[in-house]
Amino acid sequence: MFEAIAFYLFAALTIAMFTITVMTSQALYALTAMAAGMIFISAFFFILGADFLGVIQIIVYTGAVMALYAFGMMFFDTTRTIVEKRENPRTIFILGVLAATLVVFIFVSPIISTHIEAYYPINAAMGNSETIGLVLFTKFLVPFEVAAVMLLVAMIAGIVLAGKKMDKSLTLMAEEEIALMSATQAKSETEEGAH
Amino acid sequence: MEITLAHYLVLSGVLFSIGLIGVMRRKNLLMLFFATEILLNATNIGFAAIAHYHGDLTGQMFAFFVIAIAASEVAVGLGLLIVWYKRTGKIDLDIMTSMRG
Repeated sequence: MFEAIAFYLFAALTIAMFTITVMTSQALYALTAMAAGMIFISAFFFILGADFLGVIQIIVYTGAVMALYAFGMMFFDTTRTIVEKRENPRTIFILGVLAATLVVFIFVSPIISTHIEAYYPINAAMGNSETIGLVLFTKFLVPFEVAAVMLLVAMIAGIVLAGKKMDKSLTLMAEEEIALMSATQAKSETEEGAH
Repeated sequence: MEITLAHYLVLSGVLFSIGLIGVMRRKNLLMLFFATEILLNATNIGFAAIAHYHGDLTGQMFAFFVIAIAASEVAVGLGLLIVWYKRTGKIDLDIMTSMRG
């Protein structure tokens, strides 16, 4: 009973928040509505017994990802609204509904097939975090390490991209501009050497 | 009033379609990133629900890797977006063309 109440309450809240995120024209409203939606989604994970996943959802999404977006938004002029062209809303609606039906079908198809055996069954005697740690560091060790390398690559890419002097692109500049830039650089280097 | 797996899958599909509508109608690149986050979260709900109702941990494992991918996508995507904004002063999707073919 309480599970049903919690499910419907959080389903309504999540759908409302994500609809605001998709439909509003203000970037700040979209950001805050999405942060709220992420926290409401973690409630589903707690209902489903995936405690560790719920905690990770709150920490990573509303902690790290939202902070990163808020940090990124400082660089942009978010008050200026970009006109969203509405070429054909009917096409967009039909495509969205079709794709969603396809996704539901993909999810439902293994249920239609009669029985599924659990590869890594949930152990009731151990806690959720303990079981996850056991499976993650024995059965999923290689994907875990690959994900760690991928996060490292993403971190370095973020530092390099958002760092200084990346606003100049040699491919997008004219030949004279490149010559001018290298000339000024060489000049400043010789001046530094003279001091 | 028992909540079954179908409830969760329908919710997941609804959230996914909301995200898809966002991806298709947004021209602001920052908003486009928000919509992709919604897509990833919708699939995570489906994974967690299947893991719970079949008593299998694999779904939760997949959800973890999806979260890791989402985090790295945001880092690289925002870095590229900042570079583009410094260069052009706009984050409009329609003007993002440098090749004239």
